[in-house]
Amino acid sequence: MNARRKPRLIVVGNGMAPGRALEQLFERAPDSYEVTIFNAEPRVNYDRIMLSPVLSGEKTFEEIVIHGDGWYADHGVTLYKGCRVTHIDRQARMVATEGGIAESYDKLLIATGSLPIIIPVPGHNLAGVLTYRDLDDVQAMLLMAQSRGNAVVIGGGLLGLEAAAGLRERGMQVTVLHLMPTLMERQLDPAAGHLLKQAVEARGIRVITEANTKAILGDKQVRAVALADGTEIPADLVVMAVGIRPNAVLAKDAGLEVKRGIVVGADMRTSDPDIFAVGECAEAHGQVFGLVAPLYDMANVVAAQLAGDAAAQFQPTATATKLKVTGINLFSAGDFADGKDREEIVLRDAARGIYKRLVLKDNRIVGTVLYGDTSDGAWFFDLLKRDTDVADMRETLIFGPRYAGGAQADPTAAVAALPDDAEICGCNGVCKGKITAAIDAQGLKSLDDVRARTKASASCGSCTGLVEQLLRIKLGDAYNPATVQPMCGCTGLGHDDVRRLIVAQQLKSIPELMQALEWKTSGGCAKCRPALNYYLLATWPGEYKDDSQSRYINERVHANIQKDGTYSVVPRMWGGVTSAKELRAIADVVDRFNIPTVKVTGGQRIDMLGVKKDDLPAVWAELNAAGLVSGHAYGKALRTVKTCVGSEWCRFGTQDSTGLGIKIEKFMWGSWTPAKVKMAVSGCPRNCAEATCKDVGVICVESGYDILFAGAAGLDIKGTETLGHVDNEPEVIEVIAALVQLYREQGRYLERIYKWAKRVGLDTIRQQVMADRERRAALYERFVYSQTFSQHDPWAERAKGHDAHEFAPLRDLSRLEAAE
Amino acid sequence: MSWIDVGAIEDVPPRGARVVRTPQGCVAVFRTAADEIFALEDRCPHKDGPLSQGIVHGSSVTCPLHNWVIDLATGQAQGADEGQVRTIALKVEAGRILLDLALLAARRAAA
Repeated sequence: MNARRKPRLIVVGNGMAPGRALEQLFERAPDSYEVTIFNAEPRVNYDRIMLSPVLSGEKTFEEIVIHGDGWYADHGVTLYKGCRVTHIDRQARMVATEGGIAESYDKLLIATGSLPIIIPVPGHNLAGVLTYRDLDDVQAMLLMAQSRGNAVVIGGGLLGLEAAAGLRERGMQVTVLHLMPTLMERQLDPAAGHLLKQAVEARGIRVITEANTKAILGDKQVRAVALADGTEIPADLVVMAVGIRPNAVLAKDAGLEVKRGIVVGADMRTSDPDIFAVGECAEAHGQVFGLVAPLYDMANVVAAQLAGDAAAQFQPTATATKLKVTGINLFSAGDFADGKDREEIVLRDAARGIYKRLVLKDNRIVGTVLYGDTSDGAWFFDLLKRDTDVADMRETLIFGPRYAGGAQADPTAAVAALPDDAEICGCNGVCKGKITAAIDAQGLKSLDDVRARTKASASCGSCTGLVEQLLRIKLGDAYNPATVQPMCGCTGLGHDDVRRLIVAQQLKSIPELMQALEWKTSGGCAKCRPALNYYLLATWPGEYKDDSQSRYINERVHANIQKDGTYSVVPRMWGGVTSAKELRAIADVVDRFNIPTVKVTGGQRIDMLGVKKDDLPAVWAELNAAGLVSGHAYGKALRTVKTCVGSEWCRFGTQDSTGLGIKIEKFMWGSWTPAKVKMAVSGCPRNCAEATCKDVGVICVESGYDILFAGAAGLDIKGTETLGHVDNEPEVIEVIAALVQLYREQGRYLERIYKWAKRVGLDTIRQQVMADRERRAALYERFVYSQTFSQHDPWAERAKGHDAHEFAPLRDLSRLEAAE
Repeated sequence: MSWIDVGAIEDVPPRGARVVRTPQGCVAVFRTAADEIFALEDRCPHKDGPLSQGIVHGSSVTCPLHNWVIDLATGQAQGADEGQVRTIALKVEAGRILLDLALLAARRAAA
């Protein structure tokens, strides 16, 4: 054996705790181990606490990833995804997996986490009965939620309520069954539990307490849940969220000491000193843990021990809980059971839905429950953890730090008053001093900076407000909290948030959206309204009724407004090809309506400028008669498909570029997009159609078609990027339609394809449109479906009288001499 | 005052506008989402853009040419822009919109 080789560390499991342990290890002792991770889940390490926002649609999976693939590569970690370890051979110091992989270790870290508890009632293994533990569970729930059917969540604890809220957001009828008399009885006292029940019910979720599940009914698929009292509740989906138990099977089989979990000492070593255990599978000081803060503390000890610090010890401390259901504020910490030696301070404000309770023992806070207003949670929790004597401030304690020992009126002052060692981020154990020092020393400017450098507020995010206040204290006016650029002054939400919430909350009209997302203005503004109209149209094809009053004038009257208030009219010339008949019709229209200017556009068509608004319907009627339709030269839509003459005429042409351009244009016209889309097809690499600076371009070659995208030749000038090569015309059309559909679904309003591509990354687009055939086919189908509602010539409709009020004055008094 | 009936409220789309042509130029008649009616000269103080073609939001309109935002009640340009559009007196009676065009004529004569 090579004496200089690095010791091998094998990690079984890839959740948050081992992720943190490795992160700390790499910081303390870089390059000291050769690390291999076996992850039974087929993915990287993600923030499991944030699964509920993914379920409700407020976040995407990508946003909750902690370590992307690059992180593993950067640290030389071998990560086996979807690879379950089945056996540990302690004699040979080997682990073996399901797939037959065997690896040897010098140190082993077991982080097998926990398993959801399944109540063994009849029917618990029917299809449609799920647990709530990992991303696979969330995806299965989302799939079921599409039915908009009935869901029953068994368990009214933290996870159960988050699952119920998420499923409700997704449009299901949800019933929560809870065995105990009040919800979340482990974290809440009965009074707060009652307030919580009301708030949950106000969201349209039915709550049945003291509900004893007797059986789950159904044939193969779940149909209903039966309670002990005989009640039957219809269910297409049952989620069991009644708790977790440590997953210690692997350790037990290996002969390690296991009680409830894998028994570890304060040094996090199991009964075998070369084997550590961390996370929910570990039992330390006779306790098992499920909240992230102690698990991260464990991880830090593991890292220290692995790095050679034999003195590092894990000491459990009090933990705090927050419910992550948007709109329900709940905080609890410590022990709040009644007791002879205990006193309590309670504040109730029923009208505002506020309930605060502090449990005191010997003038020290031992427990706190906050409902409705949780902003003082960090302060109470800090007093609790420090075991601070609160006798002096007892009179005003319940009102929070603003009144304690003086009259500090604003919340920033309260945060400023916290000592440097006050813990701000409970999940990651980051204290105030560490954050402020990092802001000073590293010149941090934004919340994202602080998250990246200190981890504060990077897990559950509930301390985000405190971190922002620290930034404000340190940077003053230089701190700009808008890490997400809001859409406009009418909202604090960014474009992506709005798009996601439209889907998550099933928002289907502008007034409904403004109500649900708490728009600050009564009717939006000229910036947000067209964007919202587009997002709703693109999200709900065939369902959403286009709001023409939220469209810019050009799209409302299907012509381009000019500086003098007249309009320009550009008919479609498919692929830039026209005919004597079309040209004659254009000439006639120009004569009849005295159109002052006729110009050839950059997109191979003809522009008639200076048309009076009143004349537009008549102009269109005449153009229609010759077969000319709207060119959408005014729209955030497909503009032109420019072509060269290709193999039909050109001695260099390799394919029928003109014919292909016409096919693409006929397939794609009428589709609304975030911003204009210009395309071109060139018949050979000489590229006479200038396809390499278009939003989408095709260059024909002997072997087929090179598809290009993300070019620009306007404000910015930028050559296209390669999307891929395909062999035949139908595939060209499928790829381009899929690309445009992806852009329609992800693009921000007025964001051209090249900017969208830069933002989301060229590779992710290539992956979804070229590599992933299923994804491509699904995108293509959604595009085709949406086209069934959009391919109507708007000129023909208006020539027939649609929206007539747009084109005629309310009253013409111009020939009336100032009367009476 | 000389009130002239120019049409019914329903003839103007909510969150929209219609034009009344007069010998002194066009008047834009606006209807807000709350069914308030306003009349202004149809010329943005910036570059004469036709305000009647703009997007109506709250009780403001955004000019279609360069996005100036004009308060419909006062005619004042909002935000950093400075300028004012002439407002035209109107009244609504039995669902009909009546404009005082004499005022417009007088103001223009004075201008």
